[in-house]
Amino acid sequence: MELLQYLIFAVIKIALLLFILLTAVAYIVLMERKVIARMQNRWGPNRVGPFGLLQPLADGIKFILKEDIIPDSVYKPLYIAAPMIALTLSLISISIIPFGGEWTIGSYHIPLQTTAFWNGNGIQDINIGLLIILGITSLGVYGVALSGWSSNSKYSLLGSLRASAQLISYELALGLSLVGVLLLAGSLSLRQIVDSQAGSLLNWNFFGGLQFVAFFIYIMAAYAETNRIPFDLPEAETELVAGYHTEYSAMKFAMFFMAEYCNMVTVACLATLLFFGGWHSPLEGLHLPVPAIWLMISPLFWFFVKVFFFIFVYIWVRGTLPRFRYDQLMAFGWKFLLPLSIANIVVTSLVLALRS
Amino acid sequence: MLHTILFLIFGGICVAGALNFLLQRHPVNSALSLIVVMGSLALLFLLLGAEFVAAVQIIVYAGAVMVLFVFVIMLLNAGEEERTHGSRVALVLGVPGLIALFGLLCWTVSSSRSQLGQVQIGGYYVPTTELGIALFREFLLPFEITSVLVLIAIMGAVVLARKERQ
Repeated sequence: MELLQYLIFAVIKIALLLFILLTAVAYIVLMERKVIARMQNRWGPNRVGPFGLLQPLADGIKFILKEDIIPDSVYKPLYIAAPMIALTLSLISISIIPFGGEWTIGSYHIPLQTTAFWNGNGIQDINIGLLIILGITSLGVYGVALSGWSSNSKYSLLGSLRASAQLISYELALGLSLVGVLLLAGSLSLRQIVDSQAGSLLNWNFFGGLQFVAFFIYIMAAYAETNRIPFDLPEAETELVAGYHTEYSAMKFAMFFMAEYCNMVTVACLATLLFFGGWHSPLEGLHLPVPAIWLMISPLFWFFVKVFFFIFVYIWVRGTLPRFRYDQLMAFGWKFLLPLSIANIVVTSLVLALRS
Repeated sequence: MLHTILFLIFGGICVAGALNFLLQRHPVNSALSLIVVMGSLALLFLLLGAEFVAAVQIIVYAGAVMVLFVFVIMLLNAGEEERTHGSRVALVLGVPGLIALFGLLCWTVSSSRSQLGQVQIGGYYVPTTELGIALFREFLLPFEITSVLVLIAIMGAVVLARKERQ
């Protein structure tokens, strides 16, 4: 009975999460086009529906209806598998993200996380949630690498070689920048990391934990991991046509596109959870009088506000910064971000040792 | 029960991946089946309760080491291997050796069977904190020596890869 109940809740949660995530991805693309347009003094898409709000729908229909071309000289099994690998891995990593505490409906306790369940007296979370996300993102290289190689085209291969080198280099800085947060929380479970930041604005790792250096390292490394400007060399259109997905068309191209935006959402969620108190409200310490219904919605509200902010920053950066040169990118990752993240670990652990 | 089923599934995938690794003629396919082996090994570690080791297996082996393998294969553009008839020495010495090794393994496991217990999910759960404490208290010297060894390997690689200044 308990297993059945768990399975029903899990299926409902997975379906809801997938629906919300994929809709969000579609509208993030629209938001990106709109915001970039405004930054460049244009209007952006405004023809389909009111304010261009139905543009994602039109794009989706276009992707599905277009001819799916498979070039002659590709290595077919991997050419077809690569976009699937990319999208699957980016969808798996979002399942570990907790979106809020729990909802109590009648006698049911429902944790707002796909991979957590109520074990009778508490929420059972994955103990190594953060490591699993890091592991899955590190596997994400294969989607890019295999697509470039199996396409059998110069541009694709160059793009995927760049991508592999870049992802391996920046993974180190990314992983090390999170160690400070782990030291503060003393746990690898995302839920416990968020709980350690409860209370008020000053308990957040960014402010009270003094992890702002780690946060900037994390954000820069994460931009490189998701192939976004200013680190989008794997798909630099002025040099490589479109990089690793040059030879892809229709839905296969859309899968790479969706994978990239899902990864952006995961990065934004992780930044929120690790550095900005997750679903905890910034007004928590003030004890304002709030209605009971707000207590149920508030975690989700604050979580989505923070995630939205980080996605906006992504777009903002894209509208502002030019692309790095490749040697600058490597030098920045290895000579600046990596030593800085190691220094951050040393300083954080020293402060923690002196404080205790 | 559940443990046995999961073990059989992932053990089967692991063995199948290893066989595919040997039988595939294209280096990229071989590398990919090696990744499958690494992944299923990580899941076997997870079944034993060693969650940190499982995660590290994925991050380090499947995510970093194998990426470099695939990277090099792509960079060198290694083509398909050609099938040979195989040497006679391998046939004469290899097959009996394989059978002897397998027999020895089976004999060792079955002779110490009375001392072995049945593993259950969650039976040998080791939290990451305990692993860290063990590494930095009881096994500090081996741990540090291993890290020095890795450092020496890195320095050796740098020395070998550096261009000679004229």
